[in-house]
Amino acid sequence: MTVLPYLLAAWLFLVGLYDVVTSRHLVHLVICLIVMQSATYVLLLAIGYRSGKKAPIFTAGVPVKVGAVDPVVQALTLTDVVVSVTGVALLLALVVEIWKRAGTVDPDRLRRKES
Amino acid sequence: MSSTLVPLVVAVPLLAAAALGALGNFAPSRFDNLVAIAVAVAVTVFSVLLIFRSADQTIHYWFGGWKPRSGIAIGISFSVDPLVAGVAALIGVLATAALVVSWDYFGEQVPQHFHVLMLIFLGSMTGFALSSDLFNMFVFFELMSIAAFALTGYRIEQSSALQGAINFAVVNSIGAFMLLTGIALLYGRTGALNLAQIGQVLSRGRADGLVVVAFTLVVVGFLTKAGAVPFHFWLSDAYAVAPAPVCILFAGVMSDLGLHATGRTYWEGFSGVLGADAGSVRGVLVGLGVGTALLGGAMAFVQAGLKRMLAFVVISHVGIFLAAIGLLTARGLAGATVGIVADGLVKGALFCAVASLARRLGETDELSLHGRGTPIPITGAVLGVGAVGLAVVPPLAILSGDGWLRGLLVVASALTGGAVLRAAGRIFLGLGPKQDELLVEPQAGAEAELRRAPRAGALLWLPGIALLAAGLTLAFTPGLARRAVQHAELSVDRPALARETLHGVRTPLPKPSFERSPAAYAYAGAAGLLAVGFAALGLYRRRVPVLVAAPMHRLKLLHDGVVGEYVTWLTVGTAVIGVLFAVLIAKRP
Repeated sequence: MTVLPYLLAAWLFLVGLYDVVTSRHLVHLVICLIVMQSATYVLLLAIGYRSGKKAPIFTAGVPVKVGAVDPVVQALTLTDVVVSVTGVALLLALVVEIWKRAGTVDPDRLRRKES
Repeated sequence: MSSTLVPLVVAVPLLAAAALGALGNFAPSRFDNLVAIAVAVAVTVFSVLLIFRSADQTIHYWFGGWKPRSGIAIGISFSVDPLVAGVAALIGVLATAALVVSWDYFGEQVPQHFHVLMLIFLGSMTGFALSSDLFNMFVFFELMSIAAFALTGYRIEQSSALQGAINFAVVNSIGAFMLLTGIALLYGRTGALNLAQIGQVLSRGRADGLVVVAFTLVVVGFLTKAGAVPFHFWLSDAYAVAPAPVCILFAGVMSDLGLHATGRTYWEGFSGVLGADAGSVRGVLVGLGVGTALLGGAMAFVQAGLKRMLAFVVISHVGIFLAAIGLLTARGLAGATVGIVADGLVKGALFCAVASLARRLGETDELSLHGRGTPIPITGAVLGVGAVGLAVVPPLAILSGDGWLRGLLVVASALTGGAVLRAAGRIFLGLGPKQDELLVEPQAGAEAELRRAPRAGALLWLPGIALLAAGLTLAFTPGLARRAVQHAELSVDRPALARETLHGVRTPLPKPSFERSPAAYAYAGAAGLLAVGFAALGLYRRRVPVLVAAPMHRLKLLHDGVVGEYVTWLTVGTAVIGVLFAVLIAKRP
């Protein structure tokens, strides 16, 4: 067990967050969201990892007592990937449309007029 | 068997959505709207049946029959008690109303995929409400969010709608990542995703750093969806631009689901390990709630655009019910749940009135509609009575708490009621001046709805009357609060709940022990009167004192639609809440 994956997850989360906050381009912003989401994948996989254990696939001939890494977090990560792809696709579609209507994808220039 | 109804309230809308998505193009026009209404009615009927079927004991439904073995949850479960089923019924009723309104609202321009999205939204909301497994909640949370993003940006010809949807999507996605990180940490500590089992394992340990961080992240994730300050910025942008029928569901129940989940997670998951620190948790949650209630009320009062005004009403009422849940008592939880249902119906009715205004008069701006509402008096009545309801219903739902707290919440709900009452007076009675420098004018085109249809049908306002009548009836039914407290006493008894979920040991329902005190009616009456006062002040004051105008101006400037700033607030809010929990909990000897 090493602390490295947890540090990596924290780093990805924070660096993504920083770039979302300072982003000047909506496509860049969406990519930064993906970076943040990657932090959750790393975290989930790190939590379920057991050093020296095998992939959680038990076929005939593999003794169960060998042990495996936690399959639950892998299932969670897969679900998470599917969910995020949907969200990102939708967001990018919205960005394309806003480019067509407003002619800009800079969040600062999309500021509400009245303020 | 009563339990077979449980998965149906989620499965039926999702399957119908898939079928409509695949076959909708071949069906005659309006067919998908009919199917969607039928499904929403079915969900409502199932949920109401579940309220009665679960009245004596909570129903635990384990998918695929994977029941817990020797106290370890292997499968995924839905847990249904009358409070949860009540929320599901609210979702069904509001979905029915929204779909009925959409019939006349969209008129001839039958929208593509609209009903498919609404059904997915419906199914994922009921799934989220019933789920008692944290990861399952996360999946439904995301599913409901994605349907909601798409519905917000539904009018892709308006850049304000797109921008609202993007702000909504970005802030909520980050909230969801925080939720998922919290869930991952909890799984790492407890090896469980079932809330009851997480609670069991956590209660054997101490409230250390990991517990505090995980609790903060999960709560922030849910409160982002709920729209508590300072996570609320996306909400006013999104609700102001979503089509009015969609807002019926957004305002009526989506936000409150975040609160429902916060309460459920605390009681089932954390009330054991944080039991000794309940005072700290209470302080933070009630503080957040009161702040949200007052800020939302003040911001609602300075809006001229009705949809944006109602968005801030939603924020304010989320704060009120967050304070009630944050009291961390059975009465607080029961009151909040009954209040969420009754208030959700009233807010839904108000958005029905907005849909009617938008369709009949082509606008939803209080100032430019000055005196123009006379052709649609019924809509005016719904708006006026609903405004009084906004002021009166939340105080009735606060069943306990100190006088100062209840007083502050009365002021907040009176502000929201007063704002809507002022708008109703201006639009339908032509009261007050046509100009008001205090009010934020809606962005040009931001509230533009469909093309004006002066003779649009009765389906626009009929659901509004029904929702309003139902909401006010529920709020004033005296026995309801008593029954709710009875069930809430079971919901806050974590060890008993865990024994029941994991070992199948039933706990009998406690005896009814609570009567709503006359004080609640006094607070409600005061809120109603205060709302009328605020409305008169809004219409007839001469000038605004600088002590009010200057901070309000600052506050308005914060809500500027720049997503990076919203995310900054989310980050700062999370950090402050986390540090508060950490300091308060570490200080305890």
